[in-house]
Amino acid sequence: MAHYTKDRMLFNILGCAFIGLLCLLCIVPLLLILSGSLSEEEALVRHGFRLIPEHLSLAGYELVFKAPGDIVRAFGVSLFVLMAGTALGTFLTAMTSYVIGRRDFKYRNYFSFYIYFTSVFSGGLVPWYLLMVNYYHMKDNLLALILPLLMNVFYILVMKSFFASIPEAIAESGKIDGAGELRIFLTLMLPVAKPGLATIALFIGLGYWNDWSNAMLFIHDQNLVPLQYYLYNLMNKTEMLNNLAGKTGMPIPDIPKETFKLAMTVIVIAPVFFVYPFLQRFIVSGVTVGSVKG
Amino acid sequence: MIKELRKHKVLFAMMVPAVVYFFLLCYLPMAGTVLAFKNYRFDKGIFLSPWAGLDNFEFFFRSGKALLVTSNTVLYNAAFIVSGLLLQLAVAIVIAEMGGRFLRKAAQSVLLFPFFLSWVVVGAIVYNLLNYDYGFLNVLLRAVGLQPIDFYSSPGWWKYILLFFHNWKYVGYNSLVYLAAIIGIDRSLYEAASIDGANVFQRIRRITLPLIVPTTVIMVLLSVGNIFRGNFDLFYQLVGSNGLLFNATDVIDTFVFRSLLSSQDIGMSAATGLYQSVVCFAVILATNALVRRVQPDYSLF
Repeated sequence: MAHYTKDRMLFNILGCAFIGLLCLLCIVPLLLILSGSLSEEEALVRHGFRLIPEHLSLAGYELVFKAPGDIVRAFGVSLFVLMAGTALGTFLTAMTSYVIGRRDFKYRNYFSFYIYFTSVFSGGLVPWYLLMVNYYHMKDNLLALILPLLMNVFYILVMKSFFASIPEAIAESGKIDGAGELRIFLTLMLPVAKPGLATIALFIGLGYWNDWSNAMLFIHDQNLVPLQYYLYNLMNKTEMLNNLAGKTGMPIPDIPKETFKLAMTVIVIAPVFFVYPFLQRFIVSGVTVGSVKG
Repeated sequence: MIKELRKHKVLFAMMVPAVVYFFLLCYLPMAGTVLAFKNYRFDKGIFLSPWAGLDNFEFFFRSGKALLVTSNTVLYNAAFIVSGLLLQLAVAIVIAEMGGRFLRKAAQSVLLFPFFLSWVVVGAIVYNLLNYDYGFLNVLLRAVGLQPIDFYSSPGWWKYILLFFHNWKYVGYNSLVYLAAIIGIDRSLYEAASIDGANVFQRIRRITLPLIVPTTVIMVLLSVGNIFRGNFDLFYQLVGSNGLLFNATDVIDTFVFRSLLSSQDIGMSAATGLYQSVVCFAVILATNALVRRVQPDYSLF
């Protein structure tokens, strides 16, 4: 049995109270959403939220499965953008940061500056948007969801400092064996850099999964709407629910609107919740790598 | 140059995607800022529209919007920085001192989770907490016999709401940097202090706090560098296009986004964006110069 001194007791009490309160504030809103999604529509609208639902009801979720077309499609779009974007983005980030981290590459500082400068000065939203739409023809194009988040200065810098921690002897040994630059990068450096790649991939993937503003700017075709933007529309546009009523053949007043929205919110949170252990592990280590030196 | 090109032709080739990418998505839009000095016409495009001199800027500054959105952006960010710093430091210190691995892990996991949620989801959560008819807070207020509050038409409350949810989402994540700094402190310092009879609070004050000052200064300066960049997702998802709240909640980024979406005045929104970029750039240069003075290792360039 450990004996606590008086100051230690006091600190523990204060500290636990403080952290406990913060944790409660973090969890309670999420629990409310979950319990709301499992409530009866009428009870919810009439009596409001409860931490524990008065009468359990799955009506909100049932509605999701009654007309799953749009939701499944939105999920598919999100998943496709996530996978394509993360794979390509991670690869390009690694390749770029590897080159600008190579000490024997004379022009690495020019390239670093070229990339770095874009994070301190930008042309702003408007010219970017007009170029994307009128010159690159990104309207209703899935590339519009992939390109904006493909490469990010911060991730390139994090990855660069990760490569810097890998002993140069590894690349040297490849050179002695007569491997070309590309081969050294692909078969020697990438495998060694796996933990760093995982961190970057999770950051990029999270960005794609949670992105909604690019869809709002570029996607008008209902078939290309990603999940987050679908949820946004559901929360903000009443015609979405009318639309749903048409598809399920339910009269509009009978539709459990609020519980349906809550069920959708839970469905959007769920994937993040399930991969959370991975996210947490790699992103925590990413923060500590990145904080050493940008 | 040519020798270098030949020697490292593969490395140069490996840079091509990044060079093209940043050229198309960052440098061309920078050239596109000429739009701020033009009277944009859809049929003529960015580069061929007629010049408008400084009309766009004049319109923006005369409209009264400039002062409003600028001061909102700066004041909100200042509040985020100060409140965030205090909370993050407190969380990091308490978690680092906390006994029990399990408890520490659990607390960290809970606090970090909101960071991974999208702002759309946060917007949905806020709506369900605050709406007048069945929002959780109003249910509570009614239950204890108080008047419910119609948050979505009372601008006065939003300072606190936005401050709360900004910290709600970021406190766990941002405290990680401080936590790493505290864990990096030499344990023998604490042991020596204990032997000399220092209590927990004295150790925090005399050892932990002074030793994480460098990290803190850097983090604060970095966020001050971005003080003119509003957190677009936060403001747009929590407030949306609710005009009643704009005076209290509109930041530069939401203002530009909305005027672009409604296509009212492309030239003026481009001018607003350019104004923000230039001011932002100046502030980053200034803070970076400061960082270089305090701790050259951490300066960005």
